[in-house]
Amino acid sequence: MTEQSNPIRDAIAQAIGENPVILFMKGTPEQPMCGFSARTVAALQSLGAPFAAVDILPDPRIRQELSALSQWPTIPQLFVNGELFGGCDIVTEMYESGELAQTLGVEPSAPEPVEQPAVGARPMGIENRLS
Amino acid sequence: MPTADDVKARIEATIPGATADVESPDNVHFNARVVADAFAGMSRIEQHRLVYSAFEGELGGEIHALQLKTEIP
Repeated sequence: MTEQSNPIRDAIAQAIGENPVILFMKGTPEQPMCGFSARTVAALQSLGAPFAAVDILPDPRIRQELSALSQWPTIPQLFVNGELFGGCDIVTEMYESGELAQTLGVEPSAPEPVEQPAVGARPMGIENRLS
Repeated sequence: MPTADDVKARIEATIPGATADVESPDNVHFNARVVADAFAGMSRIEQHRLVYSAFEGELGGEIHALQLKTEIP
């Protein structure tokens, strides 16, 4: 392993460190580009939990570096408090069991699924942080 | 392209004692339910990682998606 500077991986690590709940996904919460990302966003939004979101599609290196960092091959990936929480299957399973709500510190019996993005949802662009 | 049977065989070869039920409508998207004693004491993340380890580098490529549910018998 070399200690070469790796700005994309550094930016990913920084984003995970700075955001208590952060989702790496295909597309944006407003316009998910994959059914699995859409389902994960829907679970978070129906709990009303604020989360940051990163679109991995603009640059293939984002996904490459993210998976190298997280040791998780697929997208989406949800991180809570700096730790990988899971992909779509685990998030969905934990949402249904109430464990996701517990982890996020929100009420499990959330109101009806919301149409609009949760408060605090904000797309971020890793690639924009590299210039 | 891997078939559902291929994916089942790979999972069961990777995790001794595991039973995998795998379905695929198109040999690109797979849905698997894996039951294994080996999952005992592991977090869900670790359970899924163990299954994923059967497909080094193929997930997101040849195997576009693997929907996964892990269980301890």
